[in-house]
Amino acid sequence: MTSRLLLRAGALGYLAVLLLVPVGMVGYRTFAHGVGPVLDALSTPAATHALYLSVIVTAIAVPIDVVFGVVAGLALARRRMPLGRVVNLLVNLPFAMSPVVIGLALFALYGRGGWLGDRLIAHGITVLFSVPGLVLATAFVALPFVVREVVPVLDELGTAQEQAAATLGAGPWTTFWRITLPSIRWALTYGVVLSTARALGEFGAVSIVSGDIVGRTQTLPLLVEERFRNFDSTGAYSAGFALAVISLIVVAAMTLLSRRKEHV
Amino acid sequence: MTAAAVRPSLGPGAALLYVCLLVGLPVAALADRAATSHFWSSVTAPQARAALELTVEMAVLTAVVNAVAGVLIAWVLVRDRFPGRSIVNALIDLPFALPTIVAGLVLLSLYGPNSPIGVNVAQTRAAVLLALLFVTLPFVVRAVQPVLLALDRESEEAAACLGARPWQTFRLVIWPTIRPATFVGAGLAFARALGEFGSIVLISGNLPFHTQVASVFISGRVESGDVPGAAAVSVVLLAVALVTLAILDLVVRRSRRRD
Repeated sequence: MTSRLLLRAGALGYLAVLLLVPVGMVGYRTFAHGVGPVLDALSTPAATHALYLSVIVTAIAVPIDVVFGVVAGLALARRRMPLGRVVNLLVNLPFAMSPVVIGLALFALYGRGGWLGDRLIAHGITVLFSVPGLVLATAFVALPFVVREVVPVLDELGTAQEQAAATLGAGPWTTFWRITLPSIRWALTYGVVLSTARALGEFGAVSIVSGDIVGRTQTLPLLVEERFRNFDSTGAYSAGFALAVISLIVVAAMTLLSRRKEHV
Repeated sequence: MTAAAVRPSLGPGAALLYVCLLVGLPVAALADRAATSHFWSSVTAPQARAALELTVEMAVLTAVVNAVAGVLIAWVLVRDRFPGRSIVNALIDLPFALPTIVAGLVLLSLYGPNSPIGVNVAQTRAAVLLALLFVTLPFVVRAVQPVLLALDRESEEAAACLGARPWQTFRLVIWPTIRPATFVGAGLAFARALGEFGSIVLISGNLPFHTQVASVFISGRVESGDVPGAAAVSVVLLAVALVTLAILDLVVRRSRRRD
């Protein structure tokens, strides 16, 4: 019995020191001077623009990745693609790459002296230090989540129901909307939640390609860093707290969804 | 052409094109930038080498500490019953959901300057380790938990009946079952720790030869305009991560074959 309590104390102690107390501390630090300064810090033009930009970039990058995720998931699960292994490797590559390296890879391609960079710049198209670069970095980073969630479910599902639908005269679109999509809906939602969380919070890749121009290419995580470096701890903690609240909502959604996934 | 005839060829083709354009092309461009005559001198320059060595050291340490802590936490979450268990279980995922820069801020608020408990580790290697432990916490827990859940208790009870002490039961009955999952979780934590940036950038202080890890070094090189130098170190970092993941893939396949 005592050994059980000892193990419990060890596990919870580790979690408290590493995770729970520090996260609680951010809440305390944020509201140390009351709610007023937090609201002020979050309603500065730089902060509202950063939030707006983060939402816009996420709203473009995540849907593209989701559509790709479903198409690639179907392709990987349903047929032996001749280049299936290549697709699989490339899809999972973002997990193996440091966010900074991802940013640098985009920099190497679209920057000055890059394969595409010089040509695009000559035509007046700037990818780096503008919204397209942020979208590319975000889409890159969030790429694997949907595919990873959808493929195992499709594998397990098999094709019997789809074939039955086809036999009964349903076209491929009808089969997809009526059979395939409903079957993968929870896995897909889970993947969307994970991608959205990652997209909203991405820092490393975005910091390389954005140039961090206040009021133009500064996303919310970049604002946290810039405020902190400029000794505006209220500004940094307020924006950080806002992001942490989003993360807590994501964790709650993950918990609920993983229960749903198990019941399917 | 009917829709049925279009779909089989169009879907995989579009997927392949998308990953090639989004991922393949930039990575190829990165490798191309790194492949200069200065590759080796960039990678073996004292500051770059120190950063790479520190990164690997810290990642190994992170994997080991979180392997032990992760098995312990998974065990307590699966076998122990206490109030608030389901909340603790849900919060394990928080480091995955929390933006990395916020993770750094979280640790700074308790273990930085003006620490309310008087512990200031900012600008030390301990801070780097702390940040890495934080962001990789879920890997081992989430890898081991399902295996422990599926473990049947009869063999443990049999071991206990035959006079095995709890520690012997763990070492001889439970550990062999959870070993592959622990190894995979620790390997994923190692790979993640190699590239971690956001949580480290504020708390590490970016001191060359002391707390500067590879990702922060790369970011600094980009800022000072040395793209080939940054690309060279990036390629090394990526290679180490890929080798790690390839080994993990082998481990997973082997343990599946044994089942």
